[in-house]
Amino acid sequence: MSNDTRPASGYIIEDAWGKLARATPARIALGRAGTGLPTREVLRFALAHAQARDAVHTPFEAEATAAAIAALGFETLHVASAAPSREAYLRRPDLGRKLSEEGRAALTPYAGSAPDLALVVADGLSSTAIHAQAAPFLAALKPRLAEEGWSTGPVVIASQARVALGDEVGEILAARAVAVLIGERPGLSSPDSLGLYLTFAPKVGRSDAERNCISNVRGEGLSHDHAAFKLAWLLKEALARRLTGVSLKDESDLLLIAGKPPASRLAG
Amino acid sequence: MPYRHLIGPRSYVFADLKELMAKATPLRSGDMLAGIAAVSAEENVAARMCLAEVPLATFLTEALVPYEADEVTRLIIDTHDASAFRPVSHMTVGDFRDFLLSDAASSQALAALAPAVTPEMAAAVSKIMRNQDLIAVARKCRVVTKFRDTIGLPGTMAVRLQPNHPTDDPAGITASILDGLLYGCGDAVIGINPASDSIPVLSELLKLTDDIIARFDIPTQACLLTHVTTSTEVINRGVPVDLVFQSIAGTQAANASFGISLATLKEGHEAALSLKRGTLGDNVMYFETGQGSALSANAHHGVDQQTLEARAYAVARPFRPLLVNTVVGFIGPEYLYDGKQIIRAGLEDHFCGKLMGVPLGCDVCYTNHAEADQDDMDTLMTLLGAAGVTYIMGIPGSDDVMLNYQSTSFHDQLYLRDVLGLKRAPEFEAWLQSMGITGPDGRLKPQGGANPLLAYAPGLAA
Repeated sequence: MSNDTRPASGYIIEDAWGKLARATPARIALGRAGTGLPTREVLRFALAHAQARDAVHTPFEAEATAAAIAALGFETLHVASAAPSREAYLRRPDLGRKLSEEGRAALTPYAGSAPDLALVVADGLSSTAIHAQAAPFLAALKPRLAEEGWSTGPVVIASQARVALGDEVGEILAARAVAVLIGERPGLSSPDSLGLYLTFAPKVGRSDAERNCISNVRGEGLSHDHAAFKLAWLLKEALARRLTGVSLKDESDLLLIAGKPPASRLAG
Repeated sequence: MPYRHLIGPRSYVFADLKELMAKATPLRSGDMLAGIAAVSAEENVAARMCLAEVPLATFLTEALVPYEADEVTRLIIDTHDASAFRPVSHMTVGDFRDFLLSDAASSQALAALAPAVTPEMAAAVSKIMRNQDLIAVARKCRVVTKFRDTIGLPGTMAVRLQPNHPTDDPAGITASILDGLLYGCGDAVIGINPASDSIPVLSELLKLTDDIIARFDIPTQACLLTHVTTSTEVINRGVPVDLVFQSIAGTQAANASFGISLATLKEGHEAALSLKRGTLGDNVMYFETGQGSALSANAHHGVDQQTLEARAYAVARPFRPLLVNTVVGFIGPEYLYDGKQIIRAGLEDHFCGKLMGVPLGCDVCYTNHAEADQDDMDTLMTLLGAAGVTYIMGIPGSDDVMLNYQSTSFHDQLYLRDVLGLKRAPEFEAWLQSMGITGPDGRLKPQGGANPLLAYAPGLAA
C-alpha cells in the first residue's frame, strides 16, 4: 500500500452504462470493488434496510386514517384482528386473518346490509403505506363507484390485519365482493407500497387463488388513478361473471390501448 | 402405529409417522405455528433417534398424507421405482445417512437411486443430518438439464437474471437485463416476475426477452413467472414462450390454493413442449417452492413444513423441469424466523431436491420483517455454492424493487465464482467471451461504453 499513490476511488471499477439507471429504480450500474460492491453502495443498502426494518414496526394511526377517509365522504368503522400485538401478528398469521370479538361486534349493526363492494383498509406489514396511499386511492376510486352506482357500506379500518380478514368482514356484511387495501411488506426502495385484493362472494375460507391482486400502488409505482381504473374494471367483470381469481385475467389494459371494452376476449 | 423411544427412565411416544417426523425436525417457527414441533430439546433428539431406527420401506406403506385424499401421495406411491430402490430397501433411515456419506454413494450410484427416493425418505434422512452432511451429499448429486444451454454440470453454477420492475416498464426491465448480462448473469434463465397478470402486458414482455435473446444469439431462455394457465393462454395466442412457470406445493389442497392440479401442470407442460423452442434439450418447466406454503394455505395435514417442501419436488419431478427454485426466505418469519432457520432450510431443501434428482436452485433471500440480514445471506450462498447448487438469483444490488425482498445480486455470483472457482453453463460462458464481457478465465473484463449490448438501448446508453 505504501507505494500505491492512486486516489482511494481508483480501486472502484465504474460501469460505463450509468445512464441506464434512469430507466429503473433497480440498483443497476453500481460499479464494483473487485467482485464486491463499492463502499458507498454497501452503506446505502444498509441504511435502506434499517429504514425498512423500522417501517414494519411503525404503529398504525387508525384514527387519523379513518378521519382522512371520512373527509372523502365515506362512513368509517374501526376493527382489530385477533392478533393482540405486532409480535403476535408477525408470528401468528392465523390471528391476523380473524376479527377480534370486539371487531365482530362493531360490524353487527351492518350485518347483511349487502353492499356491492365492501372496502377494508388493513395495515398489513406497512402502516406507512396506508398512511400515505389509502385516502388518495379511495379519492380516485370514489367517482368510479358513483359512475357505476355501486354501494359500499362503511369503510372498515382494520388493525394488525391480513388479506383474509376481508373474507370475514365481507361475509358478515353479505357483500357481493370485498376489496382489501393493505400495506405490502416493505421493500428497500418502497416502504410505502399498497396492495389491492378483490374477492367475489367473500366468506371465511376463500383461498388466494380466488382473489385478484393489484400491487405496487404508490407514487413511483402504479398511480392511484390507474389502480382505481383497474379495480373498477375487475369489479365489473367479477360481478358480471360471478367470480374472481385465476379464471379472471386482468385485461383492463386492452381497454386503455384500444379504447373499447374487452369483454369478448374474456369468453371461456 | 405409535413409535416409542426411551431416554433413561423417560419414554417418548409418537402417535404416528407424521408426528415422529414433525418432532424430529430442527426447530422452526412454522412447525411451532402449526402446533406440531417438539416441545423440548430432548424430545426433538428422542424423535431423531427413533426416526433413525425406522426402515426406509415404511415410507412406502405408511403415508403421511392419506393416499385416498391426495393426488400428490398417489403420484409418489404409484410412480415409485421399486427396482432402483432395491440397493437401499433393507436400510433404516440411520443406515441411509451412513450410506449417503460413504464412498459407496458415488455420483453415479446416487443418480441411479434418485427415482427410488420418495420425498418422505429424503426429508427423514435430512432431519438426522448436520449442515455439513447436507452439503457433502448434495455435492455428489448431479442433475443436468438443457434448453438452450447446459445447466448443472460439475463445477458450474448458473444464475437467473431477475430484472423485475414495479410497473413492468419495458425500458426499465431492459436496463436491468443489460446490466445483468454485462455482469455475466443469465445462464439459468432471464426470468421476470411481472407485477401485472394482464395478458397484453405479459405478451409485450415475452416479445421483449425473445427479441434480446434472438438479437444477440444468447444461449439462454426466458420465462415470465405468471400462472401456468396464463402461460398456456398466451401460447395459444402465438406469443413466444420458452419456459412455463408455476409455483407448486406438496399437497393437493395447497396446489388447489394456487389454482392448479397435476392435470393443469400437464396441460402447461404439453403447451410448452409443443413450441419446440429448445435447441439443446426439452426441459421446459420452471417451478418455485418454499417451506410453509402448505401451512399458509391451511393444507398441511399436520405434516411438518420441510417434509411437505420435499413433496413439492415430487410434484416437479415427472415434468422434467429445467429449473426448480426454493424461495427459502421469502415467505416470512412466521415460517422461518431468523437467519439460522433460513440457512438450515436452504440446505435441507437443496439436499432433498438433489437426492430426488431435481435441478434445485435456491433464492437465497429474506424479507424486511424477518430477523435476517446480508451477512446471513453471505453465509447461505457460500454454503450452497460449496454444496453444488444448480443456480442462484441475480438481482440488481440484491434489492427486488417489484417483490420487495432481498436476494443475491449480480455482484454476489462474481464473489462465489472467485472464491469457489465455479464456472457458468459452458455455452453461456463462451458467449460472454465472444461478446467481450469476460476473459478466458471467466472473470469480467473492464468495459467501456462500446459493448454491442448497449446498442440495444441507444437512448439510454452512455
